[in-house]
Amino acid sequence: MQKANSTQRSLPAVRTSGARLAWIGRGFLIILALMALIVLVRNFINNPLLFAQIVISGLQLGFVYALIALGYTMVYGIVRLINFAHGDVFMAGAFVSYFAVTRFQLHVWPTLIDPNLPPIVITVVGSITVILLSMAVCALLAVTIERVAYKPLRNAPRIAALITAIGVSFFIEYFGALNFVFSPRFIPYQRPFEVVTWYIRDGIHLVIDGKAPPDGSITFSNIAIIIMVVSILMQLSLQFLVRRTRIGKAMRATAFDKQAAQLMGINVDRIISITFALGAALAGLGGVLYAIAYPSINTLLGVLPGLKAFVAAVMGGIGSIPGAFIGALIMGQAESLTAGYISTPMRDAIAFTILIVVLLVRPTGIFGEPEKEKA
Amino acid sequence: MLLEVNDLNVFYGAIHALQGVSFTLDEGEVVTLIGANGAGKSTTLRTISGLLRSRTGYVRFRGQDISTMPAEQIVRLGISQVPEGRKIFAPLTVRENLDMGAYTRTDGTEIQASMQRVFASFPRLKERINQLGGTLSGGEQQMLAMGRALMSRPKLLLLDEPSMGLSPILTEEIFRIIKEINSQGTTILLVEQNALMALSVANRAYVLETGSIVLQGSAAEVRDNPQVRNAYLGVG
Ligand SMILES: Nc1ncnc2c1ncn2[C@@H]1O[C@H](COP(=O)(O)OP(=O)(O)OP(=O)(O)O)[C@@H](O)[C@H]1O
Ligand SMILES: [Mg+2]
Repeated sequence: MQKANSTQRSLPAVRTSGARLAWIGRGFLIILALMALIVLVRNFINNPLLFAQIVISGLQLGFVYALIALGYTMVYGIVRLINFAHGDVFMAGAFVSYFAVTRFQLHVWPTLIDPNLPPIVITVVGSITVILLSMAVCALLAVTIERVAYKPLRNAPRIAALITAIGVSFFIEYFGALNFVFSPRFIPYQRPFEVVTWYIRDGIHLVIDGKAPPDGSITFSNIAIIIMVVSILMQLSLQFLVRRTRIGKAMRATAFDKQAAQLMGINVDRIISITFALGAALAGLGGVLYAIAYPSINTLLGVLPGLKAFVAAVMGGIGSIPGAFIGALIMGQAESLTAGYISTPMRDAIAFTILIVVLLVRPTGIFGEPEKEKA
Repeated sequence: MLLEVNDLNVFYGAIHALQGVSFTLDEGEVVTLIGANGAGKSTTLRTISGLLRSRTGYVRFRGQDISTMPAEQIVRLGISQVPEGRKIFAPLTVRENLDMGAYTRTDGTEIQASMQRVFASFPRLKERINQLGGTLSGGEQQMLAMGRALMSRPKLLLLDEPSMGLSPILTEEIFRIIKEINSQGTTILLVEQNALMALSVANRAYVLETGSIVLQGSAAEVRDNPQVRNAYLGVG
């Protein structure tokens, strides 16, 4: 009785001082945000073309991060695990496509059927094959990781699975770095199709190889467009899958209550595998597109994009699919604007700055709801 | 015999929750399992559904041993459970919750017919078809949980405390529907705190006490047993 009384009395005091601190923090952040806004507006007025160029490269990054972040958020939603190996699955996607193209010439396989096919058909069919193969291998890899490393720990404390995820991540990175696997070096990536760049100035013109586009023009490339279109399509399909299909509903039911889902006749293990496979396929797709855009790969390729996509997912509200998407777009812009206007090395630090700010101000993220602890 | 439960011994860590529980159900019956808090009623239902495993004995459904079958397969065989506390999928709508109940089925038009039958029993659910499960009242959630369980067209329905937290009027309503479901051919195993109510709809009853069956008989026999009257019916 007395004990209950004393806790009751001390609670409001703690809350007030906490609230006051939060306000100081919030005020500070608002000032920072305003300053950043002023810098951005000034830069925009000074050189709108450069600003637009930076935004375009931020979009390209952001849409790749979105493909990775969706996997983080889906897996977290269903097994409450931050799958730190997810960035390495992204890396695996890049490597699978590398071997498919460089070793096996899979990107030109239609010529085996008929060498006289129009080149555009060969390129499109060949590239899509390479991408689908990479997605499939990544899906298989992630399902295997889940079965071997995470499933045995499903009823263990969450921290155990988290540490295991970090271990799996290191294992993939450094196993891949062995000389007889991928080696630790950066490998020049042979693209399944050529990247073509255009510039906008009095209409749209092709950038000729070796010739710089004229001053005062904005450039963009086919891969940037492909990344954006594919990423949006994937986001919409995933949203449709989760909202409308039988499997999607089962995923949401399983995410909410595994035992109740079992009582519906849902095979929970299968739903979890499907979730890992979907997330990994998207990451693999992202890995291929990323390698095409930035064609030099090594086994640590997935580390930073993985971490940034993770921050994006947290910012959007981990567990939320639209949240991951929007978080990733913000992350892309933050990184690109930082690289453009502050300094290039800062581009990686900004992600963690954002993570810290999010955790301080709104740990549940933009779309997140406070989590209720469930048994 | 529809269901044969034989010598179940179920543990939670060191806790010996079921200590040699055996009973049977015939096709078409309503059988109730009554007992005090912590007697092991929910544990029994969870073991039948395959969420828990017994160290000994077996559960047979229509002669088939289901004691090692995964839970989702047991649903496919025709055993459906309304768990204690309803376990509605809060972020799913009423319709989606019912869809999940029909997860094991692939006969699209028939599923719609089942949903209409559920709405006939629980008109309230039809009015709230697009509402999120988590925003329903307790009584509505109970209706949804029962409707959801019926969507798999079970031969055996396991009900864990369907009257929990409901008003007397709503409890009457739920029991009326239980009788209705039974009269349409579904066998029912009913776990209840409200022993009087349960005995009024049941054909037979088993009394569970700290993990063991201590009494069994027709509903009337059990109701008239002096010990039961003392312990569970609150009359001397
Ligand atoms: N998850 C669990 N972990 C440990 N012990 C448990 C667990 N679930 C139940 N028990 C114990 O097993 C025994 C039987 O529990 P059970 O839930 O089956 O009782 P019950 O008859 O359904 O009770 P009630 O009427 O309160 O629902 C109890 O002693 C309980 O404390
Ligand atoms: Mg119980």
